[in-house]
Amino acid sequence: MIPAGFEYHRPGDIASAIGILQEHGDEARVIAGGHSLIPMMKLRMAEMGHLVDLQAIEELKGIEIGADTVSLGAMVTQHELITHDGLATAIPLIREAALQVADPQVRYVGTVGGNVANGDPGNDMPGLMQCLNATFELSGPDGRRSVAAREFYEAAYFTARDDEEILTRISIPVPGAGVGQAYEKQKRKIGDYATAAAAVMVGNGQASVAMTNLADTPVWSESASNALADGDVSGCVAAMLDAIDPVADNRGPVEFKKHVAAVMLRRAIERAQSRAD
Amino acid sequence: MSKMHVKLTVNGKQVEGLAEPRTLLIHFLREDLKITGPHIGCETSHCGACTVDIDGKSVKSCTTFVAQVNGADVTTVEGLTNDDGSLGVLQEMFREHHGLQCGFCTPGMITRAHRLLQENPNPTEEDIRFGMSGNLCRCTGYQNIVKAIAASADMLNAQKEAAE
Repeated sequence: MIPAGFEYHRPGDIASAIGILQEHGDEARVIAGGHSLIPMMKLRMAEMGHLVDLQAIEELKGIEIGADTVSLGAMVTQHELITHDGLATAIPLIREAALQVADPQVRYVGTVGGNVANGDPGNDMPGLMQCLNATFELSGPDGRRSVAAREFYEAAYFTARDDEEILTRISIPVPGAGVGQAYEKQKRKIGDYATAAAAVMVGNGQASVAMTNLADTPVWSESASNALADGDVSGCVAAMLDAIDPVADNRGPVEFKKHVAAVMLRRAIERAQSRAD
Repeated sequence: MSKMHVKLTVNGKQVEGLAEPRTLLIHFLREDLKITGPHIGCETSHCGACTVDIDGKSVKSCTTFVAQVNGADVTTVEGLTNDDGSLGVLQEMFREHHGLQCGFCTPGMITRAHRLLQENPNPTEEDIRFGMSGNLCRCTGYQNIVKAIAASADMLNAQKEAAE
């Protein structure tokens, strides 16, 4: 399995990376950890003349824990999300979800930026970021802009990011004290994408609920979140089942996926509530 | 596509070569450097037989371009022997506890277990099973692999204590 040939670039800053993307247009793509892209390149389902490796760009790295906001560099790996003590204290939900992404080797190189930017409905981080109401920072030829995670996903592999833009950082509001959080994921085996996964925050009269791999985008449901904020678990599950749109595939028929979605959501709610003050 | 000059450290030795950027690290190791410990199992990022250590991380070398690791420090199962060439602790414990049958997955298992024990010198059985979940074995049923790694942890800790 040999990918098609390409020219390799390793720019040292964001401006240089964007310059390469502008110069080569459709022929260029950025690579972060590469564990979604390289398998596609090996299958020749992705081919590009220019590969722009983001590993040397310092601005894309690092986890910053503020009093109100956590900032994650796009090149922060799942492994770093798991092993960062400050992050585990500020937003434990991220670590809980990252531990369920792929397998240990993939987590050493797989990045949070790649996970959210790729637009794969199977990825765990997009739904998680919608639950957390994160904001994605994008840099492009026309400067910087921010897009809410809840507005970012348009269809499978289609997002609000333009081809010449790079997702640089993720800003996440730190949930208030007393907010319980939980991530539940059903998968067939280690390394698999979710059959269904649920991210839940609840407490202080508020709630947020998002689910993964049950439509061609992650699904954050306002009505499900509102129902849970009012303490109506059954109403929350019903609203979410109404919002998702799973299709039959090798993870099961639609009826099964809806069943698993409800089970995951109820479990996540129960655990999040048990962690709320 | 033109070849690029690749320079990396493999098992403590500086190596250089010319390679197309699309060359996967596993192919560069096996075919250019003739380091055949890392195996090509599934070639789809699932089985972990190609696992090597890159700058202190366990990585699947079938899903890594050699261009990405230009300048990196790579360790393969060959680099985990003792200085005199005898089997290292993990290698010896896999032998002792029959942690392999056909042996195909073993280089990846041992290289991954090496990093696991560096990060967690006192793993529980659950820690070992979770930490090794990116490596598949189709022979052993994993029981003896887990035993070998637990025994390695004990031996490495005893060696450390004796040295202090």
